[in-house]
Amino acid sequence: MATKKRTDAKSASDPALDREMLHSMLLQRRFEEKVGEAYALGKIGGFCHLYIGQEAVSTGIVGQLRHDDYVIGTYRDHGQALVRGITPRAIMAELFGRIDGCSRGKGGSMHLFDRNTNFLGGHGIVGSHVPLAAGVGFAIKYRGGDQVIVCFMGDSVVNIGAFHEALNMAALWKLPCLFVIENNRYGMGTSVERAAAVDDLSKRALGYKNMDGIIIDGMDVHAVRAASAAAIERARTESLPSLLEVRTYRFRGHSMSDAVSGTYRPKEELEEYTRLDPIFSLKAKMIADRVMTENDWDALEQEVAATVLDAWDFADQSPEPPLAALYEDVLVDTTS
Amino acid sequence: MPIITYREALNQALREEMARDDRVYLMGEEVGVYNGAYKVSKGLMEEFGENRVVDSPIAELGFAGVGVGSALAGLRPVIEFMTWNFALLAIDQVVNSAAKMLYMSGGQFNVPIVFRGPNGAALQLGAQHSQAFESWLAHIPGIKVVSPGTPYDAKGLLKSAIRDDNPVVFLEGEMLYNTKGEVPEEEYLIPLGKAQLKREGSDCSIITSGKMVLVAMQVADLLAKEDIHIDVLDLLTLRPMDVGAITASVRKTNRAVVLEEGWEVCGIGSQVVDYIQRDCFDDLDAPVIRVHQADVPMPYAKALEKSAKPDVAKTIAAVKQVMYR
Ligand SMILES: Cc1ncc(C[n+]2csc(CCOP(=O)(O)OP(=O)(O)O)c2C)c(N)n1
Ligand SMILES: [Mg+2]
Repeated sequence: MATKKRTDAKSASDPALDREMLHSMLLQRRFEEKVGEAYALGKIGGFCHLYIGQEAVSTGIVGQLRHDDYVIGTYRDHGQALVRGITPRAIMAELFGRIDGCSRGKGGSMHLFDRNTNFLGGHGIVGSHVPLAAGVGFAIKYRGGDQVIVCFMGDSVVNIGAFHEALNMAALWKLPCLFVIENNRYGMGTSVERAAAVDDLSKRALGYKNMDGIIIDGMDVHAVRAASAAAIERARTESLPSLLEVRTYRFRGHSMSDAVSGTYRPKEELEEYTRLDPIFSLKAKMIADRVMTENDWDALEQEVAATVLDAWDFADQSPEPPLAALYEDVLVDTTS
Repeated sequence: MPIITYREALNQALREEMARDDRVYLMGEEVGVYNGAYKVSKGLMEEFGENRVVDSPIAELGFAGVGVGSALAGLRPVIEFMTWNFALLAIDQVVNSAAKMLYMSGGQFNVPIVFRGPNGAALQLGAQHSQAFESWLAHIPGIKVVSPGTPYDAKGLLKSAIRDDNPVVFLEGEMLYNTKGEVPEEEYLIPLGKAQLKREGSDCSIITSGKMVLVAMQVADLLAKEDIHIDVLDLLTLRPMDVGAITASVRKTNRAVVLEEGWEVCGIGSQVVDYIQRDCFDDLDAPVIRVHQADVPMPYAKALEKSAKPDVAKTIAAVKQVMYR
């Protein structure tokens, strides 16, 4: 199917929605800055991948889903989890490896799960979760429901077999899936240009009938919201999949062990994208539109800071899982 | 009691479970229109429709993942691999997705799925189509592994596997599909995780599973004529393994041969022998001997293939060795 550019999408100004989206993005940003601090203090271990810079993608898409829709993603999952409504407390406690974590301390940063919000996890094997998303779409269609599944993935996923197998089946069987590529231009230190034999990643959709391929400006939360709204509608009402290439950028290293700019990307590039910061762009727009004042912004910052601090305190006080938990959750013992 | 083939027994199990629970569906290559590469799913598409008997593209990784994803969203998929050799392309979904989901979600997301298909060698199919992977699979916590050798066991275990709320790997055998046995008309289930004593004898235990159960039974018949009486223990489920049944048998006979279809190194037999040495050290009258495939890729040439496979003669020789005969 055709790939379309929809970066120009304009939604009628809605101050309440703008405030909500600003809050959503700022919470992710400040939460993850605290995560960085906690990591430096050794309160968080293992692999930890920050989402800073990409917040407009989760806010723009997850923020408009229905409660009974599904979300699945990668190890870079803190942002989507927060927007989906897993509490900052439960996420921070998970990162701290505590019993009150959303995966009871068994998952960690890469494996946030929550049954209450149909958050089907952060997954650690590049590409592996894309067929799972097609499977969720299959189950929705099997039951005749009108939910959708949104599957987040990195740009490197378009080069792996699981991605193509999943897209083929989703297109063939018309499954209500949004496949969202968060193109932050790098898979670890390898640029898209050095890994993918395609210029626009959205063109991967061309190989599959029934599949829309869309390029979206991921630094503009309104553009993300508008373009994904159309794809969600398409999935919900027509049971058709879409491939969204959302162009974004991560402001931090690949993981905590990677320097912020690293050997693989020039400082100037990082600075250029920092000027496009989705949060400060929205803030500037709202101030220009006179729907927010600097005082309102300060109040928002304070509110978010309090939430994040509360999450930290909660996580810090939550007990470690008891050692007996080691052998729990390997198998369920019921046979239905 | 009706006598039916192993293939028909599996077909009955699928039909009954699909009729019982509409969340159960079958997906795989050629399962529908073609009636199954080995005809296990014969007639099911006609009976249940193409929404529940789903022909997939040749994309093992993809459709195994679709199965797992659909289980996360409340369905109970049965995923057929044309053979387990091809399931290697999907092993990521078995090991990294299905087996891990419950644990890494802190108990929130179980995956009720069955991955099934023929495992091990048939006849002269060469190196890539003749592999027995039970020890690879049984290595993984978070899944169950079942390996039935008779029509009765195949039906009762498949029904239990489909009703189990965990991922179950179900290993069949191309050479088993045409074998026959008694299967009652009334419904029955065989619990996972329990071994079964297929023959009682006091001289030596043969501990085995799957296709090799048939070999062990022939060995027991032949040796009975020499007044050697074999305890044939069919493990049925390889994970979790019924350790109690193994030790009970060895404590009775004081001698054991462990027979498996796959390769020697890190095979199922290594684990069985470990349980025996731990729990039956003082009961043993001889070292335990293992019978398995030769440590080579499977050759094509008839005589070479035959000499690579575990068989009746090799097993009899092993029994005589542990009996110092
Ligand atoms: C199959 C597989 N190979 C390698 C890795 C190691 N790895 C983890 S993340 C990553 C880069 C992925 O980049 P991308 O898909 O662009 O996502 P991003 O990290 O940029 O969000 C690699 C190579 C892995 N987890 N899985
Ligand atoms: Mg990337």
